[in-house]
Amino acid sequence: MFSFPNIAYFIPLLPLLGFLVNGLGRKHLSKGAIAWIGSGVLALAFAASLVVFLNLPSGGPTLLNAFDFIRIGELRIPFAFQLDALSSLFLLIITGIGFLIHVYSSAYMHEESAEHYGRYFAYLNLFIFSMLLLVMGANYVIMFIGWEGVGLCSYLLIGYWFRKPAYTQAANKAFVMNRVGDLAFLIAIFWLIARTGSVNFVDLPAALSSLSSSDITWITMLLFVGATGKSAQIPLYTWLPDAMAGPTPVSALIHAATMVTAGIYMIARSNLLYTAAPLTLNVIAVIGIATALLAASIAIRQNDIKKVLAYSTVSQLGFMFLAIGAGAYGAAVFHVMTHAFFKALLFLGSGSVIHAMSGEQDIRRMGGLKKVLPITYFTFLIGCIAIAGIPPFSGFFSKDAILLSAFLKSPILYGVALFTALLTAFYMFRMFFLTFGGTFRGTDEQKHHLHESPLAMTLPLMVLAVLSVIGGWVGIPELFLHGGERLIEFLSPVIPVVEGHAISHSTEYLLMGLSTGLVLSVIFFAWTRYRQYRSEESSAPFARLLENKWYVDELYQTAIVQPLHRFGGWLRSFFEPKIVDGLIQGVGRSIRYISQQIRLLQSGQTGNYALWMVISIVVILSIQFFVRK
Amino acid sequence: MIALLLFLVPLIGGLLTFLPNKSGMARSLALGSALLSLAGVIAGLTLFKQPLYWEFDAEWLQTLGSRFSLKGDAMGMLMSLLTSIGVLLAVLGSWNNDVQGSNRFYGLLLWMQAGMMVVFLASDALLFYFGWELALIPAYFLCSIWGGEKRIAVTFKFFIYTFVGSVLMLIGLIYLQSLTPNHSFQMQAFRNLEIPESKQVWLFWLFFLAFAIKVPVFPFHTWQPDTYEQSPTTVTMLLSGVMVKMGLVAMIRWMLPILGIGVFIWSDVVICLSVIGILYASLIAIRQDDLKRLIAYSSIAHMGLTVAALFSLSGFSNNSNVVLQYHQVGFQGILLQLFSHGINILGMWLLADRIERRFGTRKLSELGGLARTAPTFTIFFLLIAFANIALPLTNAFPGEFLQFNALFHAQSPYRFVFLVLAGLGVILSAIYTLNMVRRIFFGETNQATENGLRLSTAECLALSLVVGLILVFGVYPQAVLDFTNDFSREYVKAIDITRFLAK
Repeated sequence: MFSFPNIAYFIPLLPLLGFLVNGLGRKHLSKGAIAWIGSGVLALAFAASLVVFLNLPSGGPTLLNAFDFIRIGELRIPFAFQLDALSSLFLLIITGIGFLIHVYSSAYMHEESAEHYGRYFAYLNLFIFSMLLLVMGANYVIMFIGWEGVGLCSYLLIGYWFRKPAYTQAANKAFVMNRVGDLAFLIAIFWLIARTGSVNFVDLPAALSSLSSSDITWITMLLFVGATGKSAQIPLYTWLPDAMAGPTPVSALIHAATMVTAGIYMIARSNLLYTAAPLTLNVIAVIGIATALLAASIAIRQNDIKKVLAYSTVSQLGFMFLAIGAGAYGAAVFHVMTHAFFKALLFLGSGSVIHAMSGEQDIRRMGGLKKVLPITYFTFLIGCIAIAGIPPFSGFFSKDAILLSAFLKSPILYGVALFTALLTAFYMFRMFFLTFGGTFRGTDEQKHHLHESPLAMTLPLMVLAVLSVIGGWVGIPELFLHGGERLIEFLSPVIPVVEGHAISHSTEYLLMGLSTGLVLSVIFFAWTRYRQYRSEESSAPFARLLENKWYVDELYQTAIVQPLHRFGGWLRSFFEPKIVDGLIQGVGRSIRYISQQIRLLQSGQTGNYALWMVISIVVILSIQFFVRK
Repeated sequence: MIALLLFLVPLIGGLLTFLPNKSGMARSLALGSALLSLAGVIAGLTLFKQPLYWEFDAEWLQTLGSRFSLKGDAMGMLMSLLTSIGVLLAVLGSWNNDVQGSNRFYGLLLWMQAGMMVVFLASDALLFYFGWELALIPAYFLCSIWGGEKRIAVTFKFFIYTFVGSVLMLIGLIYLQSLTPNHSFQMQAFRNLEIPESKQVWLFWLFFLAFAIKVPVFPFHTWQPDTYEQSPTTVTMLLSGVMVKMGLVAMIRWMLPILGIGVFIWSDVVICLSVIGILYASLIAIRQDDLKRLIAYSSIAHMGLTVAALFSLSGFSNNSNVVLQYHQVGFQGILLQLFSHGINILGMWLLADRIERRFGTRKLSELGGLARTAPTFTIFFLLIAFANIALPLTNAFPGEFLQFNALFHAQSPYRFVFLVLAGLGVILSAIYTLNMVRRIFFGETNQATENGLRLSTAECLALSLVVGLILVFGVYPQAVLDFTNDFSREYVKAIDITRFLAK
């Protein structure tokens, strides 16, 4: 029971248990108990994941069959879990970072009443549960259950402060946009069932032969559309920045441990299909790099600390999709991992800042926080360095792997990717210097309240900071260390390693040196520009365009939402009552009219009846006469 | 025996309730009858599930070639379970309503149940027709006596609509009877008929119109939002939770196996209408301010998907097991959804009724902030709302999943277009359902909603039953699928038209 592989059942069941206990007992439990239960189940789930990770047999996956979810004749969709290198890695990330976020939340949310505190932790546990289903599922349907489950939980948590209409709007937007992607995912599943009769991952290699190349292209495209919803890529990315309406630890959860990585996971899981679909890979590469560039450009001119981070996530996810498009699934997964470390760190750090600033999120009204928030400052700096990609911090190795794969695919992709990486360094350090450098620009009242966060919040920051530094070392390239690329090797049972890096060592060194040098100079530039921020920046038309996020939200609003809304209104108040119902009413009315006319025949006057009788007899006789003839 | 009991219990129960008695007595009698029916069905599903308990045959109208024969196949059994649950929930939901003239109210309600039981279990066409009318007539009275302000006009429309349908169906049934060799109304006799294509082409419409009005299929739906809005919610529950399914069960039992070629000829048209209906009803639902009308349109959209899935089963397999397998998969989804949708919409009406009674309004714009003042109610509502948008691990998901799958396998050149358009309904349903939730529960409270809402024990019980069923069949739909497996495998063979084409 407590040994491999059955212990894996506990991994999703523990958060589910936490959800039920905290959800149902939220009126009776104390806040301390709620926090202990909520975080405790995650700690245990992490331990169980560790057991799974350490006992994982090399080679094929381990399957756990719980029961048949749907079985009709030949079609069999078991409620089954698959344990292999890919899923076990994700399990560690989800439960590990999830645990830290839970601990952090216990202090961050301390002002909530016990009832809402319980609701919050229950949702958080449910979120983890859904994500665990998503990565543990042994087929696309179970994955889809988790997939929609995280959509639900993000809806619940984004709208957690449900009294603010803007927040609940953002929650709805997140759910609906995700549903657009979900529909594509569903159609891909139907397609797969139609052609192969199975949705299980283990059947994929065998199923490949029964799929035509157009089938594969369609299925992979549809799955990718699904991924754009969950992983916030063009055109379905606009929900993620709005999702900042939720409490800050939730943002950390959505951006680091759960939800947005789902798309990457799904495609990495289906890498066999994608490798057979070069057209789709090209589309993914283009969408990925375009999203990365677009989001980075927006991030430059955002002033809400969480919005900057949100766009940076969108941009980083674009990088991961670029890697996938270049066929480097391992690099994408690697970046998921390092990104989870430093993005969780950055979000929790921003939460600590917001906490200290009594809810203020505008970085223009911050400044000089370095002295009052030393731990937050130091860990945040580590996060920024990691995301900017300076060796030997974690982000460097994963980003370098992605840049390298882009270089191998096309020099243009590489050029744009490098440029985007420079933008990343720029906006991150702009935010960093605005927040922590210079002098304090907030109100006196805020200044009076400034304080470093309690240990429950700073401890997760420190752990994540350490991980952000060393987390990348599992993927140190062969170049530096013989026997490097351990992560790629670990993942090789799921993601076959493609041989033939046709690139010389000198080129590799050159590329690395180039990117590191450029990033350092961009950081220096940001320092000269923002270390003493005083007034508004210039508002050239282009800057305004960026500030308004290229008006994409407005475009969607006028091109899709408004017309649909108007059309629905027209159907409701004109078409339905006047045309559809009007037709039926018309039939009723004409029947009444005809019967009224016929009624006149029965006038009650004998003479009239006699006349009708004579006419009828004449008519009948004449018909008879003609018919006979 | 069970089948006969399921008809007799509500019939006699209704009679007893109808007799004048002390106030408060009627609802207890109704509850007793409802519980007895449910116990009967459950006994029939567990201890006495052999066919011999579920079949009953007696002489009835010998001269017309009709017999009083009831036969509970898996679909009939499932639907009688839904009916009993529906009546029980309706009685529980109205427990504290203080209905005027409660003996007549509950008496009619139980007779409606008796009629629906006959519809779901009859294997004789004339008996089926008898049940169909027996279920409708009490419904008219219930709407026209206990309904809202505009009840007279609305009930009249409802009556005309369904009456036209009934007449067409009766003509069709009599015509089919005249074709049978020994002038019988028995289902088997009808199924053995080999009606030439030229006749099926128009016979199809006699039946389709009757059933499509009931379901309803676009554009024959305009009676429904009005009727749901004006009827007392207890009645609306039975109308939309159970009675609407009569139309679908009728299509399944009396159309596809008998008029297979006619169905195949017109299937593209029907699927097209259904898909339009999904989008049309969803778009209107997005712009609805009236809670009851919103639920009505949502129900039209859901039923549209089921009809589309059903008609995409029509076709010829050339005896290929693969094709039959896909048809079975789709059909299983339809059966599952018949049951699940019934449960969910029953829950939805319970909630809507509670809101209307507590706050005296159904307008979303006059509600708000209930999440703070009525947290328990909010949880129930959210769970049922998420079942309404077929979130995985609620009972609606496997049904919808399998139905979409059926659509994907339709023998039509437009199947992919149908699938994608019907799929848009998935997105639209999220929009209108979440909007409804947001406007009722989130934001700030107003004067009306400031004091919140408390659920009585009866209501808690009823809602817990609904939520329990939602989750159990959401996690383990296989329970239903196993139950209907044999039936559905035989059924898809019976509707396969390959045998006609061979000639």
